[in-house]
Amino acid sequence: MTGFVREMRGAYAFVERNVNLIKRYWGWEVVWLIYSLVNSLAVTYIGAGMEQISGQPLDTQYLITYLLVGTLIWQYLSVIFYAISEMIAWERWEGTIEYTFMAPVSRPTHLVGTTLFAIGYGIVRTLVILAIVAAFFQLDLRGANLGGAVLMLLAGSVSFVGLGILAAVLPLLYPERGAQMTNAVAAILLLISGVYYPVETLPAWLQSIAAMSPATYVIRSMRACLLQGAPTTSLLPTTATLIGAGVGVITIGLLIFRRVEIYAKRSGRLKRSG
Amino acid sequence: MGSRALEIEGVHKVFTRKNRLKQHRPFSRREKERVVALKRIDLVVERGEVFGVLGPNGSGKSTLIRLVSTLLLPDNGAIRVFGHDVEKDPFAVKRMINRVSVDAAFFKKFSPMENLLYAARLYGMAASDARPKMRSIMTRLGLKESTFHQPMEHMSRGMQQKVAVARGFLTSPILLLLDEPTTGLDPHSKRDVQAFIREIRQEHDATVLLTSHDMQEADRLCDRIAIIDEGAIVALDTPENLKAMVPAQNGDPASLEDVFIELTGRGFEAAEAQEEAS
Repeated sequence: MTGFVREMRGAYAFVERNVNLIKRYWGWEVVWLIYSLVNSLAVTYIGAGMEQISGQPLDTQYLITYLLVGTLIWQYLSVIFYAISEMIAWERWEGTIEYTFMAPVSRPTHLVGTTLFAIGYGIVRTLVILAIVAAFFQLDLRGANLGGAVLMLLAGSVSFVGLGILAAVLPLLYPERGAQMTNAVAAILLLISGVYYPVETLPAWLQSIAAMSPATYVIRSMRACLLQGAPTTSLLPTTATLIGAGVGVITIGLLIFRRVEIYAKRSGRLKRSG
Repeated sequence: MGSRALEIEGVHKVFTRKNRLKQHRPFSRREKERVVALKRIDLVVERGEVFGVLGPNGSGKSTLIRLVSTLLLPDNGAIRVFGHDVEKDPFAVKRMINRVSVDAAFFKKFSPMENLLYAARLYGMAASDARPKMRSIMTRLGLKESTFHQPMEHMSRGMQQKVAVARGFLTSPILLLLDEPTTGLDPHSKRDVQAFIREIRQEHDATVLLTSHDMQEADRLCDRIAIIDEGAIVALDTPENLKAMVPAQNGDPASLEDVFIELTGRGFEAAEAQEEAS
């Protein structure tokens, strides 16, 4: 058997396992979907009600689309982030971490399987939310560059895979609290990345941190595509930067993960379940 | 491949625990406590042997198994599996071993078939090869076909442990690490598992490293036994030679428990109680 076939079988193990987890925990899945959907609707209704709130005439349609793009992109990127950061947390919860780490499957293979699942799951979930939310609002996407939007989404996914790997280190280091810590990382990204408001609204010191978040560029470019119909050629520099930064973060993430895995094996942290 | 399945040379392992000086205070100072799990262990297991490591809870048996499994790294010393160093060449070692531990850790909402298929894929097996093998091993272990597709959480502890044993054998390891595989099983399940271990050894040329605190099980299954106490090997020989170290008690031949008392100055239960207290 070639090494490649063996690694692909290993990667597929994680895809199949995650699909099975969704099937077995479908109740949680429904609750989580309702939560995300209601959250998206609640945020978008802020745009719908802004004219009434401010008492000023506003371009409500633009506001609705602005907020909707932010909330949907965030739903997608956060799914990628959580699916990858939970690749260790799930093993902790189920107590199977030692068996997975004992198997002859490399961490990059582990990551490939988890990423394939995360992207597929993120796309399906976001499309379901989009389909339902679209029934509530009159979305006007005439003139939008949908192809460019998809390109940005895929480029942004690469960076979020890297951030997910960095966050996955936390449950490895802290068996009891690590999974909760990843929520704090996601919350900070939500605050600084201009999901619901322009980054320029933030204090200068937070804007400098926002410049380091890949979500800032993904969301800004997505809005340019969907609201202003920015041509794909104008997105290429940002796309290249996002992919380059993503590859860099993935590489750093894997290196850090490897160091932390060795530390966990020295200190006996694989044994305890969270 | 050499005749030595496992070589352990001078392996030493210390864990550090942090204890809060004032309980339940989040920012209270912590003191570090060093726990010596293994003290300069030397051990050679020959190919095809069933080698037992016998000792009370907390004596270092599971630490030893985790070190061989690549789940822990030693502070000092070296471990080689069929000549491959566990630190320098972990993937070669991982392909040759599998482990069954006392805690049957599974995705509890998955069925045995789903859990075993996940394990098989991780070891690079094709589903078409793995499925018939999974059925065959589970049937051999006494599991009914009707249980193959029910969630693990609905199965008894004994049935879950049999699925764990099936997972250990599924990948045809040439070194099988059995960490108290029959602890908590009913006598019938225990016999099934023990018979399967003997069968595997005879038919598949596998080497078995078995830890246990069941003296009779070790006596029945093992070719050689190391008795371990407080992280150190206090005796290593065949069960017969170990028992010959102790004079017969009231005309009855000595048991391995008598050997343990003779070597450590305390009974097995007393040793466990002492380990738990510390």
